[in-house]
Amino acid sequence: MSVQRGAPAVAGSGMVRPVGIFTDIATVARRSVRSLLREPEAMAPALIIPTFFFLVNIGALESFVERSPGIDYRAFQIPVAIIFAVTGISRASVLVIDIQTGYLDRMLVTPVRRTTLLLGMMVADIVLAISLSLVVIAMGFVAGVRFETGLLGILVFLGLAVAWSLSFTGFPYTVALRTGNPAAVNSSFLIFFPFAFLTPAYLPRELMTGWMQTVAAWNPVTYLLEGMRSLLSEGWDVVAIGKGAAAIGGLGLVTFVMAFRSLARRVATG
Amino acid sequence: MSAVDDPVAVLRGLARIHQRPPPVVFGPVPRAARSGDQNSAIEARGLVRTFGDNRAVDGVDLNVNAGAIYGFLGPNGAGKSTTVRMLCTLLKPTAGQATVAGYDVVDDPGAVRIRIGVALQEAALDERQTGREILDLQARLYGLSAADRAASIARAVDLADIGDAMEDRVKTYSGGMRRRLDLAASLIHGPEVLFLDEPTTGLDPVSRAQVWDEVRRLNGELGVTVFLTTQYLEEADALADRVAIIDGGRIVEEGSPTELKRAVGADVIVVDLPSEAIAPAAAVAGTVPEVDAVTQGRRGITIATADGAATVGTVAVALSSAGLHPQSLTVRTPSLDDVFLLATGYRMSAVDSTATGGGAAATGADPQHAGRAPASPRSGPP
Repeated sequence: MSVQRGAPAVAGSGMVRPVGIFTDIATVARRSVRSLLREPEAMAPALIIPTFFFLVNIGALESFVERSPGIDYRAFQIPVAIIFAVTGISRASVLVIDIQTGYLDRMLVTPVRRTTLLLGMMVADIVLAISLSLVVIAMGFVAGVRFETGLLGILVFLGLAVAWSLSFTGFPYTVALRTGNPAAVNSSFLIFFPFAFLTPAYLPRELMTGWMQTVAAWNPVTYLLEGMRSLLSEGWDVVAIGKGAAAIGGLGLVTFVMAFRSLARRVATG
Repeated sequence: MSAVDDPVAVLRGLARIHQRPPPVVFGPVPRAARSGDQNSAIEARGLVRTFGDNRAVDGVDLNVNAGAIYGFLGPNGAGKSTTVRMLCTLLKPTAGQATVAGYDVVDDPGAVRIRIGVALQEAALDERQTGREILDLQARLYGLSAADRAASIARAVDLADIGDAMEDRVKTYSGGMRRRLDLAASLIHGPEVLFLDEPTTGLDPVSRAQVWDEVRRLNGELGVTVFLTTQYLEEADALADRVAIIDGGRIVEEGSPTELKRAVGADVIVVDLPSEAIAPAAAVAGTVPEVDAVTQGRRGITIATADGAATVGTVAVALSSAGLHPQSLTVRTPSLDDVFLLATGYRMSAVDSTATGGGAAATGADPQHAGRAPASPRSGPP
């Protein structure tokens, strides 16, 4: 949308100025990040769930799995904990409230670029994903996990986690924009389960049974987990990392097309 | 009502916003860039919006002069909000064309948006933010520079006049505070055209009259064009320079309140009758030469005439001669409700008193009856 805010609204007031897309994103992001900081309680489940599964999985399976040589099960579980923490987080619950209260309409009668209404919220999603990932990585360090790839590996690891988180936000945003219904947005969390569990989350793929191994081969999270694990335990395996990045890119392409098409539809029809 | 809940102060503050405009940053928009009549703030031609099979707005034409207060009057469900949403660029018309502040709402929505302020019926605010943060966000969304933003927010804070609560989150605000903040936010960029969607709905009569005064002042002193939707006949009558009456998605009458009422006739005679006598009475009244129009209702008939005092006796005699005995005969000057009755066949006041939001009754008007029918019996409640 081409918007030139170079015109005064009222003769003599002359206040409105042209702004760039990044200013619009920053404007929307400012509000989204602020609202995020005001509901720290919303972060609690995103930290409790991965911590719980990390401890339980380690407690239940560490001795058993580590009978296979070359597996550090704590390092094996850290990517799982990260995926559990950052998958499905989004500001979609805020967006759907904006739709219901008419606050979205208030923003839509301003000249702000429509795409930035979503992009700005995604900035807050990135902030949250980074925060959650850092907490989980810290938990890993406390548990004795170390990165074979060093500091750069940690940054790549963090980047994969955040990119994955962002690519997944397209689902709840799509539901929010299509339905305008908070219950539907909450239900969209269900899609997390097949993505998270039909994977080598507990055991390496070679130890999984037939059908599960087949399903996992089609799940992008499988490649993400394997790419992240390689950074922890194997060093720079470019192929594994590349597959993980490609999985993120593929899913992100699909979900972003869905989300931004839904935004266009919501904006077009009100 | 506490000072904080007083919506009048909001509108009073509107004047202050415009009295101290910030310095011009850019030159005025070349008028040549605008389309349509330069004196028109709002123009619409054949505006249509359908939702499935429902034609919510069914061919609306509007011409609102710059600087006017324009009343858009109709019952719930008549198509007021849908029309406003199209004019505010929130909804694309299915057919037709509209310009606001000289720019096409479909072809150039960005140019429209910077020139309009919108206060929707329900104060649309984010409860997680403070009042000041909402104003700041609003100023940023319009792209105000840092200096202009500071000045605009200071004025808007002054306008909203909610004291220290400006630093509190909106979820702690009363309804009145929300409405005032909502209005202040809608005016932060100094719009040319202000859309007020049912601004007095839910207010007590005294507050409503005070709001009317402030809308007049805002318009009179600052020249802001006000497009005001309302379902209150007296509000349109008291406030608007011109009124469009919308029913069933169509404008059924348009003009100044005085013109519209004069067109009904100089006087109106309201005849209360038993239900079985209504149709015969309408037929009898229609034969009286001084009678201009007769409208049937559930409780009697309404007669438009040039001279009520002279005609009421003739009508009484004619009815009596036909064996019809009215329960009462009342002569009064016409109201906009009479205009509405003649145009639609039912009284808006009756709909107002019975409709609770669905407004289905409003969409049932027979378009064939949407016009003034001289001395012909009509149906509908008086």
